[in-house]
Amino acid sequence: MNYTDRLTNVSVLGAAGKMGSGILLLSALEVADQMLLPANKGRHFVVNAIDVTSSALPGLLSYIRAQVLKAAEKKTVQLRKLYADRADLIENSDIIEAYISDVMSVIRPGTRLEAAYDSTLIFEAVSEDAGLKTRLFTQINSNNPNQPWFFTNTSSVPIGGLNQSASLEGRILGFHFYNPPAVQKLVELITISENSSEMKEFALQLAKNMRKVVVPSNDIAGFIGNGHFMRDALHGINKALELKSLMPLHEAVYCMNKVSQDWMMRPMGIFQLIDYVGIDVVRFIMKVMDPYMEGETLHSSLLDEMFEKGVKGGQYADGSQKDGFLKYEKGRPVAVYSADTGSYVAFSEFSASADAWLGELPAVALPWKNLVKSSEKESLAAKAYQHYKGMSEKGAALALEYGKRSREIGLKLVSDGVAANSADVNTVMLTGFFHAYGPVNEFVV
Amino acid sequence: MKPHKKIYMIAGYNTVSMGTGRKEFNPKKERPGLEHYIEEAGKGTLAQIGGAAHVDEGVVGNFMASRFNKQAHLGAFLGMIDPQLRLKPSIRVEGACASGGLALATGIKSVLSGSAEVVLALGVEVQNTVKAIYGADILAGAGWFKRRKEGHAYFFPGQFSDRAGAYFEKVGRDKARKAFAVWYKNAIENARLCPTAQEYTNQVADLESQGLTEPNPRSFTDHLNVFDCSKVSDGASSIAIVSEEGLQRCGVALNQAVEVVGVGHAADDITALPDDLTRLSTVAFAVKQALDSAGITASDLATVETHDCFTIAGILGMEAIGLAEEGKGADFVIEGHTSRKGKIPVNTTGGLIGWGHPTGATGVHQAVTIWEQLTGNAGEAQINIPAERPYGLTVNMGGDDRTVVAIVYRKC
Repeated sequence: MNYTDRLTNVSVLGAAGKMGSGILLLSALEVADQMLLPANKGRHFVVNAIDVTSSALPGLLSYIRAQVLKAAEKKTVQLRKLYADRADLIENSDIIEAYISDVMSVIRPGTRLEAAYDSTLIFEAVSEDAGLKTRLFTQINSNNPNQPWFFTNTSSVPIGGLNQSASLEGRILGFHFYNPPAVQKLVELITISENSSEMKEFALQLAKNMRKVVVPSNDIAGFIGNGHFMRDALHGINKALELKSLMPLHEAVYCMNKVSQDWMMRPMGIFQLIDYVGIDVVRFIMKVMDPYMEGETLHSSLLDEMFEKGVKGGQYADGSQKDGFLKYEKGRPVAVYSADTGSYVAFSEFSASADAWLGELPAVALPWKNLVKSSEKESLAAKAYQHYKGMSEKGAALALEYGKRSREIGLKLVSDGVAANSADVNTVMLTGFFHAYGPVNEFVV
Repeated sequence: MKPHKKIYMIAGYNTVSMGTGRKEFNPKKERPGLEHYIEEAGKGTLAQIGGAAHVDEGVVGNFMASRFNKQAHLGAFLGMIDPQLRLKPSIRVEGACASGGLALATGIKSVLSGSAEVVLALGVEVQNTVKAIYGADILAGAGWFKRRKEGHAYFFPGQFSDRAGAYFEKVGRDKARKAFAVWYKNAIENARLCPTAQEYTNQVADLESQGLTEPNPRSFTDHLNVFDCSKVSDGASSIAIVSEEGLQRCGVALNQAVEVVGVGHAADDITALPDDLTRLSTVAFAVKQALDSAGITASDLATVETHDCFTIAGILGMEAIGLAEEGKGADFVIEGHTSRKGKIPVNTTGGLIGWGHPTGATGVHQAVTIWEQLTGNAGEAQINIPAERPYGLTVNMGGDDRTVVAIVYRKC
């Protein structure tokens, strides 16, 4: 079965979810691009968009249509060539519309798992529940005569375990996208020794066609991305709890969020990132990873507390941010949750004193937006940290401490054998988390 | 066309050329429309000529408001500028990106015919209503629609990329691309001196390196990069075309006027392909007509506003105008002759690449720039006009060298 054959019938499980919808989009684009090749004229291609939530499917199709429009607008130069033989399609707008129709025509939305029984490739993006994943894989595998390949988007469950529990005989690998899959360039590829070389080659080709950067990760729970993020988040949380002796917890959360964003020159603060991913999701991933971690505990009672109070973060269906540790207005954090009162305290009520406590951010600390665009981001970041070393402000000390911890986590991922080398760790953080500099660097120490 | 009586242009006015590059431009926010630009430019000229009562006729140059803004019938917007313009004769003229030049040519003819002593000539285009990929469809209307299918997604960049490719064959790729980059650098440096220019606040340090960015055929064209292209712009320009009687009526001093001494206007068959991709033959024809009717040669010009919709068009323009010999346009530009310190400063407020290219307004904008330079109203962009060369030239091109209006102006 060649590359194109493998893509003739694809299923995406959990297609209406945050990750699933992006994976559906990328799969449908790649399948349609195969379908439009002159050599494949007349062949049928299908992408089953399977999700248990029937009510989410119409919204999913609107989302996909809007995203395909964007994709088409970006690659009209190529599309004009693909549609050169269609005399009726003259203007760019004609061609873009035709492409949208073609992509949408391969998608079959539905709620029934049976649709995947004919598939040759199955993307899985359901909840991070090893039991649920195993059940789905087992059911499909025992009813599908095609010996399908399973590409799971799990960010935490070991692949080898799923392979065994669902008796997949090596027909599963981790193909881990970052959120949102349509935008983030990174795919973590987690292979196991039972995978065929044909399967690995296909995975690499597919990632390339989807214009993704592939970083290989070993099959250790959490892989590189969450292996770093979960520990990095715990540092932020625990540091805030430590500062509680000096200030109310909500102010400490504000301070650590500010240090991790402004002082560390990251795209968002650590608490905003936890909210973005979802407090429930972060908590759950830690729970999944924790049993596999030797000599350390991946758990935060603060996350439990928030979760139990129903404060979960995450996003609404339209992509806007739900309130979590922070409260958002037009996508920007404006207030912070106080566990004592169960309500949000506006930044304006305390930020002046909290900012003064941290100290004035020096001009050498560039806003992430500017830093990330610079061709000298690494040396500019180094300059900022160098400057912090000579400062007495608490913000500088906290940033340095955080930077060191982040580096230590990166090095641990290499020494644990999760990542092949520190360059891979840095690539994951640069492309999957949009950091402007890699955590494993020499300037934070 | 040689004017048989004295005819002048006065009271030029440009709105800002709005689009990417301007700090206040935000594609996601609602922006002023056609009405705003027409009104601002029109009022800008009326304020300098003693009011709307002095105007006999109006001409509006516009290319594609019918698609960019779903608005036709632009001649009837004149009365919106000032109630005193209501019921006065007004027409809209169209010749693709030469629409502004056609507005000038039409106004000149009205004055020469004696039907008007004062004509308000205004050009306008508001193009940022659609994304560039759809704007390319609309602008492709300047070519023959029956060839649209075989054209590039970015139709005109594709056409001029083909011209650039042919020019590479003729003079060598490295030299040609270097000349493109120098052209780009000059354009931006001049735009930085003109507050209405789209690239007024451009702060890129090494413009030449930026201009040398390798073209990416996958996302754009084979031989041109985005810096080789003019801007997508919203804007309007306005100027009054007057007889001697009109000049007196408006109370404008002669030293604040430029005299129109020669006009060239040519339209070639839109269904025909260019005979030679490395020549702008219609430009050459119309410019010769204009220079001949003015009784001067290219060496008498102090400054030129040429239609650099693409860097390659700017360079081929130097050859078509006769400033450089055939095949020597690239050298002429690289040697610095077209810079503001060179022997013939070209596009002194940035041209289409630096100032902007609100298509239907461009021809009028060029006239306003020459008027500013010859009357000492160019502000920081002012160049020296040598006494022995008191002439300026505008060259406004529609489509791929299909409609051209060239006008020679003399300092008064």
